[in-house]
Amino acid sequence: MRAPYSWLTDFARLDESMDPVKLAGALTEAGLQVEKIDSPAQAISGLVVVGRVMEFVEEPQKNGKIIRWCQVDVGEHNPEGESSRGIICGAHNFQPGDLVAVALPGAVLPGDFAIASRKTYGHISDGMICAEDELGLGTDHAGIIVFPPDVEVTPGEDALAALGARDVTYEIDVTPDEGYCLSVRGLAREAAQITGGEFSDPYAAPVPATSDAGYPVVLDTEDCPLFVGVRVSGIDPDRPTPPWMVRRLKDVGMRSISLAVDITNYVMMESGQPLHAYDASALSGAIRVRHAHAGETLTTLDHNARVLSDEDVLITDDSGPIGLAGVMGGLTTELTATTTDVLLEAAWFDPVAIGRTYRRHHLPSEASRRFERGVDRGVAFAAGMRAAELLRDLAGGEISQAVTVAGAVVPMPTRVFTDPTLPSRILGVEVSLARVESILRASGVVVEAGPEGGLRLTPPTWRPDLVDDYDFVEEIGRKIGFSAITPRVPVAPIGRGYTREQMCRRSVLDAVATAGFVEVITLPFLGVAELDRLGLDPADERRATVRLANPLSETQPELRTTLLPGLFAAVNRNTSRSLDDLALFECGSVFLNHGHGDQVMPEVSHRPTDAEVQQLFSALPDQPRHLAGVLTGQWRPSDGSHPGETVSWTHGVYLAQTVAETLGLDLARRQGTRQPWHPGRCAELGVINLGQFVTVGWAGQVHPSVAAVWELPEPTIAVELDLDRLIALAPANGTITALSSHPATKQDVALVVDGSVAAAEVQSALRDGAGELLESIALFDIFTGDQIGVGKKSLAYNLVFRAFDRTLTEAEATSARDAAVAEATRRCGAVMRA
Amino acid sequence: MVDVNEQIDGAVAQATKDFALVAEQSSREALVRARNCHLGKEAPLRLMQRTLGSLAPDERKATGSAIQAGLKVIEAQYAQVEAAVEAVELAGQLARETVDVTTDVTLHPRGALHPITALINRMCDVFVAMGWQIAEGPEAEAEWLNFDALNFTPDHPARFLSDTLFLDPPEAHRILRTHTSPVQARTLLTHDLPVYVVAPGKVYRADEYDATHLPVFHQIEGLAVDKGLGMADLKGTLDHLAKAMFGDEVVTRLRPHYFPFTEPSAEVDLRCFVCHGASVGDPAHPCRTCKSEGWIEWGGCGVVNPRVLQAAGIDTEVYSGFAFGMGVDRTVMFRNNASDLRDFVEGDIRFSRQLRGVAR
Repeated sequence: MRAPYSWLTDFARLDESMDPVKLAGALTEAGLQVEKIDSPAQAISGLVVVGRVMEFVEEPQKNGKIIRWCQVDVGEHNPEGESSRGIICGAHNFQPGDLVAVALPGAVLPGDFAIASRKTYGHISDGMICAEDELGLGTDHAGIIVFPPDVEVTPGEDALAALGARDVTYEIDVTPDEGYCLSVRGLAREAAQITGGEFSDPYAAPVPATSDAGYPVVLDTEDCPLFVGVRVSGIDPDRPTPPWMVRRLKDVGMRSISLAVDITNYVMMESGQPLHAYDASALSGAIRVRHAHAGETLTTLDHNARVLSDEDVLITDDSGPIGLAGVMGGLTTELTATTTDVLLEAAWFDPVAIGRTYRRHHLPSEASRRFERGVDRGVAFAAGMRAAELLRDLAGGEISQAVTVAGAVVPMPTRVFTDPTLPSRILGVEVSLARVESILRASGVVVEAGPEGGLRLTPPTWRPDLVDDYDFVEEIGRKIGFSAITPRVPVAPIGRGYTREQMCRRSVLDAVATAGFVEVITLPFLGVAELDRLGLDPADERRATVRLANPLSETQPELRTTLLPGLFAAVNRNTSRSLDDLALFECGSVFLNHGHGDQVMPEVSHRPTDAEVQQLFSALPDQPRHLAGVLTGQWRPSDGSHPGETVSWTHGVYLAQTVAETLGLDLARRQGTRQPWHPGRCAELGVINLGQFVTVGWAGQVHPSVAAVWELPEPTIAVELDLDRLIALAPANGTITALSSHPATKQDVALVVDGSVAAAEVQSALRDGAGELLESIALFDIFTGDQIGVGKKSLAYNLVFRAFDRTLTEAEATSARDAAVAEATRRCGAVMRA
Repeated sequence: MVDVNEQIDGAVAQATKDFALVAEQSSREALVRARNCHLGKEAPLRLMQRTLGSLAPDERKATGSAIQAGLKVIEAQYAQVEAAVEAVELAGQLARETVDVTTDVTLHPRGALHPITALINRMCDVFVAMGWQIAEGPEAEAEWLNFDALNFTPDHPARFLSDTLFLDPPEAHRILRTHTSPVQARTLLTHDLPVYVVAPGKVYRADEYDATHLPVFHQIEGLAVDKGLGMADLKGTLDHLAKAMFGDEVVTRLRPHYFPFTEPSAEVDLRCFVCHGASVGDPAHPCRTCKSEGWIEWGGCGVVNPRVLQAAGIDTEVYSGFAFGMGVDRTVMFRNNASDLRDFVEGDIRFSRQLRGVAR
């Protein structure tokens, strides 16, 4: 809502110290946030004064232009002993005797436009006659500003004040609960109340009793409980809108259209009551307000034929629909250039009905916005009469004494406020009962004694937001000011810190970052095309996506089921910026469609049933947190002492191991097959739980074809883990075993196996065979070559044996090693290498 | 006897002279030579020892002691000169081993947490230190928990397809949560009172994607419901968080506002970090950071609307509470002067690396 300071102070008498900047601060602190203060004159320094053009000489120039050499009387600013200044002017839209705006030498206009006495076109031009745009008052540069003859100004006085440019206009963010502040009157009331000023309401006249004395109106819907009709006849359609009204409408952001329309808009801005003016000569028969029949049509003022819904509220007469109530008038009864007889409508419509209608027809307007927020229920008559009086005073019309009042004001509900200490308790400031009463009274609330020391509170017709006890508490808080509240830190019960899951997640992210991976956050949207580009089979579970009804992008209407597409896009972004050595990771939810049942929408007046709560929580997609990483380029860059190390599948496994170890888990691996990984370089990652391999993710090199379609560098390494599952499998505490203080005995063994045998199998057989004395085992060499036979490989392991209670003899270790080899031979056909 | 002592003294003197020369040369070869010469088998004093057997017993003892004493002196001198030579040798070796310590030594570049993650950790730490708990909820959420439970009317504009991302079909009432507030509803439905929780996480809006708007961003939500809580507790808690985030000098303000789920409602503003309010009413010195308003909006807050408590079956005669929520991304912008929100989600590794993953 835009509101000029001068208009506010028409109704609010403020303390002298309350200048526009101070008032803006006070409004903001009371919840009416002033987002912008427009003040054209603030961008101008020096003098811009009213001048009277005494005479001028037209002087044709070589370039074909005709300039005017003017003598302008600027009163006290005339040069000493002279009765005017000589000024060159290029415009032609003025006559001798006209009053104009003159920027005097020394003035600086917007855009650092300095005015000086200077020689031009063979004269000394001693100032400048200004156009609207040059003063920053608008965009008009067709001619200079000429004051209308009825404006009372004299040469020499401040032209900016005369033009209203000294005024300050606020742009105020009015919250949805404060519909009454979508009016100058409402804002003026607040301004006066919060600064200790006085407010006089020009719209205090109550709605009279129902009367059908005027134009016949029938109300056929509960969505329109009140309709005031005022008729003004004999208006002069040729009268222009007075400049002060044009200016104020412009200040609040409205265009001047015609005097009658401007008056309805002006009164709406001032009172908050939207008005509609019908050409009374175009009406036929009684006005009837009713719901539309589905499929009925109406051509609105904007020449659009609109098909109506039975939820739309219509204004009709015998000819059919003549207006979409509260939203837009119909074309057939529109005011025209010849209209002399006007019927003014000031009605109250249901906020929800109007909100739905204007959205259905995509017709937001100043009127519908006000109806949606809730118009003052009691202002219709006063607003209709004010508009009628303006039509009389400015357009020469005659107000019909017979005013229609169809329906009546809907009474405001009375609240029994049982606990007068509630404001003190909720605000944390001591507010006495007397203060509660005086604040609420100042806000227009009728305060009466209620039962058991409580209060009966009836809000004024313009405050539909005051319903619950806490609404009244808020009103008191706003008027006291939240700055009056002394902060206090509440003492929470003794806490237990992070949950196990939260701590695990945090440790994992820290560990992965410390291990050299950079965390990124990507948008979780994707398209089916991206899943195709990953090479997923039709049956792949990652194709069971959750789709958005209103996606931001048509190409990405699904929610991610894997983090890899987002990470691949991040790789593309980095490589396009010449960042080639990448180790990225992301941790975030994926969304898995599992059918997820129906949602419920229980009543909100009480707690939902346990079954409903269960349904609310469970009828949602599965949303496990995944952790995924992608690597490209060099893991270790080459430097003077090292040739560098290109990323390989091992780095993907390294990330997974880092996660598992942080959680106290041993990561198991087996040869995996899954898109988008290289079929020979994909590790299925798991945890052995109760003897079972529980899959937790995959790691390895991205399939070269996938890398190619995603334009990823070769090789690209990817790993994706189900972090929630890993955390669920993590041991709770872990056990600290006593440490042996005896030295270890080490044995190396090289085993030849078939090339297809997994190293992990051999290792696991060795471990099982070696028994309890084996402390650790590590693969330190893999060899293939003719020496050991085609299709074979040699795996060399380092076995470390240790006993808790003694130093092992060489013989004991050898015997354990032989047992280990025997098991490997049995399970994997391993042969000790000669 | 005189003759023998002179001989011994002479040998010692010669050794002293030779060792001095060795020390001067700092040479291992010279050291070995000098040792052989003065302490070896053929050293003068060793040769004298061999002749002791031919002396009379009393003379043998005196002479033997004198020779021993001479050898001790020489050995001590030798030890000194040997240490000196070794010190010089070691210095030489270390000099040869000198490397250029200014060359790159990157084994693998450090990783980093995203600034959002790091700041969420920091914010949660502040609340955990106060005894609060961290609550969580899903991003794809029930419309009821996101809106109805929080006193949004069925016609509230926030529910429109233009504002909220709905899962298909929209009639199934599933959405991507538009704020972290449904975690409030979940907490109230599942926790015993009192509750003091914060809930960080991702939220979604059908919003533009530009330097100051993202369709996906992060919020942290706070909720406390207990006996006797009100605006003063809210103010104290927010002041505490603001100081933890921005330092003790930060100035906050609660400005009345409107939210369906709080009443009274407020926005919490921070005194502009750049102009400190000086730009207000001074068009000659405008402030771009706060648009000359003197304050920067940080988040929304208020006393929990009793209707929200009612929807969770809580006795509003006994319990009251407060809630607040603010953008984590915005907080990072204020703390770290980030200017373009798109950098937060585009994955450029330089973005996360800048802060080294730490919210100090």
